[in-house]
Amino acid sequence: MGEDQVIKNLAVTNRLGLHARAAARIAETVARFDCSVVLKKDGVEADGASILSVLTLDAPLGSEVIVQAQGQEASQVVQALGELFDDKFGEGA
Amino acid sequence: MKPAGQKIMHGVGASPGIAIGHALHVGRHPVQVVYRHLEDAAGRRDEIERFDAAVRATREHLTQVRDDLHGPMTDYSYVIEAHLMILSDKMISQRTVDIIREQSINAEWALNQAVSEAASFFDHIQDEYIRARFADVEYVTDLILRHLVGATSTALDQLEGKGVVVAHDLSPADTTSMDLDWVMGFVTDMGGPTSHTAIMAQAKAIPAVVGLRRVTAEINSGDLVIVDGSAGVVVINPDEDTLHDYRDRQEAYTLYAQEILTKAHLPADTADNHRVDVGANIELAEEVSTVLTYGAESIGLYRTEFFYITQKTRPNEDELFLNFKMVAERLEGRPVTIRTLDIGGDKFLSDVGLPEEINPALGLRGIRFCLKERELFKEQLRAVLRASAFGRVRVMFPLISGVDELLQAKEVLEEARVELEERGAAYDPEMEVGIMIEVPSAVAVADLLADHVDFFSIGTNDLIQYSLAIDRVNEQVAHLYQPMHPAVLRMIQQTVAAGHQAGIPVAMCGEMAGDPAAVPLLLGLGLDHLSMNALAIPRVKQMVRRTSRELWTALAAEALGFATATQVIEFVHRELAKQFPDLLPLGGDPAGDEA
Repeated sequence: MGEDQVIKNLAVTNRLGLHARAAARIAETVARFDCSVVLKKDGVEADGASILSVLTLDAPLGSEVIVQAQGQEASQVVQALGELFDDKFGEGA
Repeated sequence: MKPAGQKIMHGVGASPGIAIGHALHVGRHPVQVVYRHLEDAAGRRDEIERFDAAVRATREHLTQVRDDLHGPMTDYSYVIEAHLMILSDKMISQRTVDIIREQSINAEWALNQAVSEAASFFDHIQDEYIRARFADVEYVTDLILRHLVGATSTALDQLEGKGVVVAHDLSPADTTSMDLDWVMGFVTDMGGPTSHTAIMAQAKAIPAVVGLRRVTAEINSGDLVIVDGSAGVVVINPDEDTLHDYRDRQEAYTLYAQEILTKAHLPADTADNHRVDVGANIELAEEVSTVLTYGAESIGLYRTEFFYITQKTRPNEDELFLNFKMVAERLEGRPVTIRTLDIGGDKFLSDVGLPEEINPALGLRGIRFCLKERELFKEQLRAVLRASAFGRVRVMFPLISGVDELLQAKEVLEEARVELEERGAAYDPEMEVGIMIEVPSAVAVADLLADHVDFFSIGTNDLIQYSLAIDRVNEQVAHLYQPMHPAVLRMIQQTVAAGHQAGIPVAMCGEMAGDPAAVPLLLGLGLDHLSMNALAIPRVKQMVRRTSRELWTALAAEALGFATATQVIEFVHRELAKQFPDLLPLGGDPAGDEA
């Protein structure tokens, strides 16, 4: 119980980087959990629940994003996001 | 009632065929947004409720559009999905509600403010592709605004009878919400031959001309319009003679279209039984299945730049290998010619980081760039070689200007082979090696180059640009870009002669190869393979079948005797008209006949 906070660095390994479809998958994932998620890169912060906000991170292949989750299901959402990044957002190669 | 004189406009033919009908403007005129201050909490509550209702209505509208997608348009469901996500995005909907609440202003004004805020974030994005996605945000915003002000029809629901749709641009949501049975043709300011409007029009066999820039300003709803999607020509308020002429062409085209479609998958043998390999140019592995449906017998040009310009770090060998392998396998034994990286500093986003050049067309690009970035080049070659174990893979070097460069490139290829040997990786030791002929100096020494390669492929776009010293993007000189220039024809002929002398085939993979009106001449000049945009394949194959190679060899010799491009064009058109009177819609610009 309580307001957990979980922070983790995730690497962008898909070919296209955080483009529209990847951003959409992130926003979908965040929406499934009861907590707020902030993504950070190079001093820019994005609301993980907003596809447009995630797009503004401008994160290409090879970049790294800091994920910061706050709320009941913070560790679950970070784990789910980690799997999503590892899976290259389902883009395949 | 006499129309005020006909007007002819030229654009990009995006879907072949001829439509004659009355114009229906479906321009999305911007919605007028007024500012209104809200008096009290009740006013704000009502306004938020009004906004939520508009968002719900927009969602229903988009969901309906998505569910109605069918056929090849199903591929576009992701566009609608993206629109739906934007619709429910916090930065738009939640932010608008916040602004209404905090600033006591009306929903329309608040929405516009939320969007400009989002736009300011997007302005900072480096990635051009992502920045361009903002158009989707504007599209969705426009839909919400329309629901807010009650101007719900996005014009496309206005189709009440058959007509030619005239628009600035069309989104997949627009075209899919239309009853296409009512659409005779499409005419748009924006778009190219592979835009979704083009793809949808082709799938539905609706003639379309796109990229007309300002056609919406020239056509009024109700004007009689001829859409010639084969030639990329639009005639507004045609006079009697033109109209009559086009009705004949329309009839001829219908018969012709029925015939070619049934034969796209058959091989193309000339009338005197010479087999011509007709292939496709592609840029993405995903295109393979599409080009096969158009009847491609090979991939004559697989451009590999995509990997390097869309991501900021360069692709690794395995990534390239898997991609090339996938293409080779999907072709099931048909050959694929992979062109090694043909890129200049101007296009390169990756970590190689090149200084700016004053004259990139003459700068460090193509093979020169690869020979400088030897490791990058070798990495790509190893990937190509490894893929050659899984299908018929050929490699082709771009922008070769002389024997030195070719030998150096082959040396790197040899090193790549040795490295794979050491690793014990499989590859085809017989993999064919060829070069693009696109620099005039390569034509001059084609006989010397031929000794070292297995094939030539003439890249007409660059060859014309370099030999005529014409940058066709420059409007001042674009009219001097002449594929039928005697110098160009001589160079094609010289290249073919050198290739055949050495016993190697000569292909052409420039735009000229996909122009049905140029095909007989090209066959007469002796080309063995033609590779083109897949859409052109059925028409080109049909042209090949009706062409006598022997006859056109004689005509090509005659064409080579003319002094100017105009004379060559007139001669070729005259011969085409004589031999293929029923194919007149293909004979280039019909407007020229009038003048």
